[in-house]
Amino acid sequence: MTNTLSERILGANEGTYVDRVVDRGFAHDGTGAQALVAFENFTISDKTLQNPAHLSIIYDHISPANNSVTADLQGRLRKFSKTNGIPFYDVGCGICHQIMSEGVCLPNEIVVGADSHSCTLGALGAFATGVGATDMAGIWATGGTWFRVPESIGVVLSGKLSGFAEPKDVALAYVKALGMDGGTYKALEFIGEGASSMPVEGRLTLSNMAVETGAKTGLFYADELTKEHLLQYGAEEKAISLQKPADCTYESEVYLDLDDIEPLLALPHRVDNACLVTEYSGTPIDQVFVGTCTNGRFEDLRRFADIVRGKKVAVRTIVVPASKDVYAKAVSSGVMAEIIAAGCVVCPPGCGPCLGAHMGVLGEGEVGLSTANRNFKNRMGVGAEYYLCSPSTAAASSLFGEIRSPNELKGGVN
Amino acid sequence: MLVSGHAVVIGDDVDTDMIIAGRYLRTTDRSVWVEHAFEDYDRRIAGRLNGSVLVAGKNIGCGSSREQAVVALKESGVRAVVAPSFARIFFRNCVNLGLYVFEAEVICKDGDTVSFDTVESYVTTPAGVYEAKPLSPRMREILSAGGLNAYLSREGGQ
Repeated sequence: MTNTLSERILGANEGTYVDRVVDRGFAHDGTGAQALVAFENFTISDKTLQNPAHLSIIYDHISPANNSVTADLQGRLRKFSKTNGIPFYDVGCGICHQIMSEGVCLPNEIVVGADSHSCTLGALGAFATGVGATDMAGIWATGGTWFRVPESIGVVLSGKLSGFAEPKDVALAYVKALGMDGGTYKALEFIGEGASSMPVEGRLTLSNMAVETGAKTGLFYADELTKEHLLQYGAEEKAISLQKPADCTYESEVYLDLDDIEPLLALPHRVDNACLVTEYSGTPIDQVFVGTCTNGRFEDLRRFADIVRGKKVAVRTIVVPASKDVYAKAVSSGVMAEIIAAGCVVCPPGCGPCLGAHMGVLGEGEVGLSTANRNFKNRMGVGAEYYLCSPSTAAASSLFGEIRSPNELKGGVN
Repeated sequence: MLVSGHAVVIGDDVDTDMIIAGRYLRTTDRSVWVEHAFEDYDRRIAGRLNGSVLVAGKNIGCGSSREQAVVALKESGVRAVVAPSFARIFFRNCVNLGLYVFEAEVICKDGDTVSFDTVESYVTTPAGVYEAKPLSPRMREILSAGGLNAYLSREGGQ
């Protein structure tokens, strides 16, 4: 039997416990501040940081700070990062997972982030997973942590996306197939021609939502597309080693034919509660939000702009680029000008309203449509309802002011 | 050591946003998390947590990695969490903060007395004795030390 990608990277068979050095460890303004409290409370004698150059602190969650308590917490962490030589990404740099995907994380690395969506980096063939603040403080102190080598579920993708069907729709489809705990304690491996032909940006969207099934990570095999992506962001060619897919025996397999994927919607308040967008066509909405570590990348903004170009949105629409690099590309390509001309509000790179802290929190009884990864009750506003969708569905819906599939655009709007 | 507490029973897939909402995260005052624990799930729960054993449905603690969810439980006086399955980050967070976890499907009503032995892997309710999935030796060591901080100190920083 051939080893799964998780087994290869962690160097042990599934089900075993291993101690490993962490190749990349990162935290954001929220978990980083908590990790700092934990680290300061550690009673260990030697508090020298192990491997600070392999750590990162990235401000994305409430960034720039929304009040003085947040600012104080962020100020302490900023100082700590700089004093200890930890690569530091201040306000406006972007979302931690996106920044780590822009030439920082490499295939075969063990990547641990103090954020549940750290599984995003599995898209680059890294074993990437999320932990809490105390675990991260432990990694700061010791340079490593323990892992249980997970069993793997094969998510077999055949065919090719077409029309307005997007990676986000595939993500909602596999989360529905597995359920909110179908991947608990396990790793997902995205395989098949639909995986190998998917651009890296789309892979990041799929890997990002692995945690919504409870999975530890969601891996793609690093291939020429991965290499091209990393080189474009300045990674060193010799540091990129590709991974050859092999016939593994998976604990179970899920099959999705990308030819059959259509725009989907996750209904409030469960991520696995997906249905066709057309089933809810006409549902009034108060706000559209495009962004996050799921769908705030350049291709997402471009797809959104392709639909709103030359038109006006009929509902308040907030667009948040996932990183400074994404923002710059959107500006230089003209995409951002089209988004602004359509009447959207653009916020600085970061998490935006995703966690319900700022920049577009909904009020009671309001309905939002979002390209984020979670629609948990009250998360983006107490008493509000959130539907999850792709950037194209968000675009079509923003033009109508109600939920609409991009496939309904043929007649034109406005 | 034998520990018991009254059961506070909650449902399946209770995410960490439900345990402590994002709007309360940015503070250094832990009493805020105690006061607002489960506010968006059921406002009657917070007042009943002291001395309790949280008996949850499947996939407890899914969603955000926020450790404040476990701090909220611990500071509220929750003595252990029992559930048929845990979201893995929440599970690690419990162990790291020294909150006992039992992966077991138990029959239990709200308010029942639930007991466990801190060095054993079973829990007892009025309906029976339930074997929990054993923890790894490392997790057991961290838990019995009282959490990751105490464990690392004992191990000399390793």
